[in-house]
Amino acid sequence: MTEELIHIEVKSYDLSDAVKAAGGIDVSCCYQCGKCAGGCPVAYEMDLTPTQLIHAVQLGLKDLVFNSKTVWLCASCQTCTTRCPQNVDVAGVLSAVKIVMQCENKKAKIPDVLKFNKRFLENIKLFGRTYELGIVALFKLTTWNLTQDLVMGLKMFKKGKFNILPRFRGSWVVGKIFKRVGKKEKA
Amino acid sequence: MKYGYYPGCSLHSTAKEYDRSLIAVCDKLNVELVEIEKWVCCGSTAAHNRSKLLATALPMANLAIMQKMGLEEVIVPCPECFSKLKTAQHNVECDRKIKKAVADVIQTQCNDEAKVYHPLKIFSEEPLLSKIPTLVVRDLSKLKVVCYYGCLITRPPEITQFDVCEYPESMDRLLNAAGITTLDWSHKTRCCGASFAISKPDIVVNLSNQIIEDAKSVGADAIAVACPVCHANLDTRQPDMEKIFGIRYNMPILYFTQLIGYSFGISPKDLLLHRHMTEAESVFKINNQPV
Repeated sequence: MTEELIHIEVKSYDLSDAVKAAGGIDVSCCYQCGKCAGGCPVAYEMDLTPTQLIHAVQLGLKDLVFNSKTVWLCASCQTCTTRCPQNVDVAGVLSAVKIVMQCENKKAKIPDVLKFNKRFLENIKLFGRTYELGIVALFKLTTWNLTQDLVMGLKMFKKGKFNILPRFRGSWVVGKIFKRVGKKEKA
Repeated sequence: MKYGYYPGCSLHSTAKEYDRSLIAVCDKLNVELVEIEKWVCCGSTAAHNRSKLLATALPMANLAIMQKMGLEEVIVPCPECFSKLKTAQHNVECDRKIKKAVADVIQTQCNDEAKVYHPLKIFSEEPLLSKIPTLVVRDLSKLKVVCYYGCLITRPPEITQFDVCEYPESMDRLLNAAGITTLDWSHKTRCCGASFAISKPDIVVNLSNQIIEDAKSVGADAIAVACPVCHANLDTRQPDMEKIFGIRYNMPILYFTQLIGYSFGISPKDLLLHRHMTEAESVFKINNQPV
């Protein structure tokens, strides 16, 4: 992050409240020690380190947070959450930001990650359990990335790693759960 | 001993070898596994990145079925599922509002009494731990293995309540009991890239490469894992590592249950040793003598 003046419009948008509502986490305890950034295995790919992202959430810098790659690069490994001396659930904050962004229909800086999540949820909503071949095929179709991992996929297929056909065990139950969650969240 | 069994989606598809070898080992140890009837997906990473209520309701729906079946304890071999089930219990325990909302969504009471265990816990503790050496029929003492625990079996500790989060020893203890040598190394709990396997494979190749590199540098013949996602990443991405980093590892990646099962004399075919992408069967030729 380059050093420049940042303009904080007080009360224009309280991002930390939205994060608290979505994930139940209070970011105000963070005193910027940097331990989360030090332990993060994916920090090398991020534009803001987890420490900087938490600071941006504290300051309510909505645009900076929503336009960063960081939240979409979190692998949910829980290293940051485990090591935080202030007990801030850092990985939980990144999840909560993703939830807030989806509620507000914001574009993901790394669209493939969001697309994969969506395909995954559609899949379990339909089948009750994951039908892996279905998720991969649909994901590849929606990202137009058909050749990547094709050789490996075929080898795995030959080894019998994938179930060819889906089964519908529990699909009715999961469908209902999705429906009721949707209703509750709209209310 | 009788436990409920929640295999999770992977163990019925890409990680069948984990399912089969776990069941075979439990059979030898006289542990009865009763599969939860009509279990559903735990929601995995995708659900907790979409809605906290959804991510809590899906696991709780499974724990509710378990209660109806009269089961109090459940074995969850997939760390992703294990973590989601434990987190859901933690969520309803700490937040009354969400507990009520979940009960409405799953249309039954929340089962917060259920005891959720990773199989490493029951195997690495008494009474089963001291039973392990009595069942060993193949000497694997020359086999040097590093134990890779991954992220979610031990992290975050207030949720998982299992082992030491930074440097766990349970799998080492278990494999040692079966006569297998385990080595110290620094990547026991470093992330492999997890669910980016399909959406961001470059991260997986890089992180998994660091793990195998460290295993190789301490002189390991194989890596023992306890997670279907870790297994898939470390096992299937070795050709990509060769392309990008120019190193051909040929490092066998085995489920800890396959190693224990092999020491118990279970046949390689029953342990599905041939199902790995990186050839793994020949590692047992290092020593393969009956005790």
